[in-house]
Amino acid sequence: MTETPLTRNINPEKGPTDLTAYEANGGYQAVRDTIGQADPKSVLETISDANLRGRGGAGFPTGMKWSFVPAPSDTGHRYLVANADEMEPGTFKDRLLMEFDPHQLVEGMILSAYTISADIGYIFIRHEYHTAIQRLREAIQQAEDRNYLGNNIQGSQFSFKLHVHVSAGRYICGEETALLNSLEGKRAIPRAKPPFPQVSGLWGRPTIVNNVETLCNIPHIIANGADWFKSLGIGKDAGTKLYGVSGRVNNPGCWELPIGTTGREIVEQHAAGMKKGYSLRGFLPGGASTDFLIDEHLDLPMDYESIQQAGSRMGTGTMIILDDKTCPVGMVANLEKFFARESCGFCTPCREGLPWVKEILDTIEAGDGQPGDIETLERQAKFIGGLGNTHCAHAPGAIEPLTSGLKYFRDDFEAHIKDQKCRYSQEAVR
Amino acid sequence: MNVANNNLINALSAGEIAEIEAEITHLPDRKSAAIDALKIVQHHRGWISDESLSSIAQLLGVANAELDAIATFYNLIYRQPVGEQVILFCDSVSCWIMDGDKMCDAVKSRLNIDYGETTADNKYTLLPVTCLGACDHAPVLMVGDTLHSDLTTDKVDEIFK
Ligand SMILES: Cc1cc2nc3c(=O)[nH]c(=O)nc-3n(C[C@H](O)[C@H](O)[C@H](O)COP(=O)(O)O)c2cc1C
Ligand code: SF4
Ligand code: FES
Repeated sequence: MTETPLTRNINPEKGPTDLTAYEANGGYQAVRDTIGQADPKSVLETISDANLRGRGGAGFPTGMKWSFVPAPSDTGHRYLVANADEMEPGTFKDRLLMEFDPHQLVEGMILSAYTISADIGYIFIRHEYHTAIQRLREAIQQAEDRNYLGNNIQGSQFSFKLHVHVSAGRYICGEETALLNSLEGKRAIPRAKPPFPQVSGLWGRPTIVNNVETLCNIPHIIANGADWFKSLGIGKDAGTKLYGVSGRVNNPGCWELPIGTTGREIVEQHAAGMKKGYSLRGFLPGGASTDFLIDEHLDLPMDYESIQQAGSRMGTGTMIILDDKTCPVGMVANLEKFFARESCGFCTPCREGLPWVKEILDTIEAGDGQPGDIETLERQAKFIGGLGNTHCAHAPGAIEPLTSGLKYFRDDFEAHIKDQKCRYSQEAVR
Repeated sequence: MNVANNNLINALSAGEIAEIEAEITHLPDRKSAAIDALKIVQHHRGWISDESLSSIAQLLGVANAELDAIATFYNLIYRQPVGEQVILFCDSVSCWIMDGDKMCDAVKSRLNIDYGETTADNKYTLLPVTCLGACDHAPVLMVGDTLHSDLTTDKVDEIFK
């Protein structure tokens, strides 16, 4: 049996794990053993040794990120933020963790805050996650009642106050510096870096932002050690990963598997393969802002390096499947409509370029494409996605499914323009 | 503070002001509560009118224009009246693959409204929303706080019967 630390308490049919069940299964033991007992420096070393990489999409090593936080030199606040915005289209993993095991995130945040000496924490969560919001608030109250949170936790000198902040919408809030502006009550425009949030984040104070899944790993690493964590992964990466599949498969869903499991195992075994009458044409490995890959890439391990070498990114690890009866041009048009709408408007290539791209794609899909449209799209992709052309990673992310879509499904783009129609809408007899 | 200004703040209820002040207690300054304050007032009134906006701006000590720039940035702050319940229809990619457009058309024709519109009986306002994190049960929509997943045209008829 492979180990599934993140989801061992999760059984959606049974409802959420309450405090009693969480503690009965070893929950908060790491808090009792660590807070006021272990040296934060040695905890940080464990996290670095474990080779945990951020699960929010970029895969940045968590220990290294935390090591950039300066040692406390004054009495001002220091912050830890859980990024629970989860709005990347096709991504549905953090919701599962928060709805069914809220204490795991709370415990992960307490231990992380202790390691970086943060005294205030926020869970920045999207408004639509009503159930998760309510369960997290209950969990925080219960943790406070047991003095896992609050002042002088477990009789130590360490105090940590945790708040749930419910967002008012917009995908860009998930970008960590935009998120900080939003937490400060401003428009969610990404900030220039440097200074990095670790040094100057919320209200100018040292701040760490981590994804929900990243933080949920912390109690297990501290309880079981770096070597145990490394042994969970199949290839170079350490730990498990929540992988998901959506699209026309028999069993769409989300599973915790060893990181480095192949796409084929995920799609064919866990998602039970394509629905009858459909075959796989391509897939986005980890959300809307990752490049398309095709069938031959399914045999690659779903880890950061392998997927990057294939020209894409593992992103959030939730795969979106394009089947042979769905129009690739229509799919790319849907994606670019989303990216154009969610641009924060700060920089010109993103604000002006993405709506243009969307217009061209809609025109091609509607059967009114012109010769030269594909070349215009390619030129736009260079302007919008070029390194350093924009202020944040939204625009380069937006361009990933476009350039890769043009590469793998070029015949379809050309046929739309030549035939002045979309052949998929003709045969849309599913 | 002059009388006119006082009247503006009085446009907020004592309860609303208390809730906003409670948020401010754990923030470094009043301004930082801008989004929380907008959400609180919207929770009570359904939307943010010009009058509500100026009252909040004054309570927090920010310019109207600055608060309006914040309010209009966020898609879940409504600067126009909405119906009793807002329908958030997921128009993102996994739902689109699973015939989300067809389901959306079914909602539109059932309620006789387009995106951004409110039904004649003021019950529903229909808005598009980014991925609701339920892609394994696509297509999906939310009515108020309730998620409806694995939509079919029959289900749409059932929800809005
Ligand atoms: C446009 C945009 C949207 C993002 N949305 C999210 C999100 O919803 N959740 C998330 O965890 N990270 C999101 N990220 C990544 C964050 O900026 C950040 O890298 C992440 O929260 C860091 O956490 P990690 O190191 O634990 O992965 C987004 C990035 C960009 C550019
Ligand atoms: S790239 Fe787009 S989303 Fe990012 S800062 Fe520029 S305009 Fe805003
Ligand atoms: S794409 Fe609709 S819920 Fe994710």
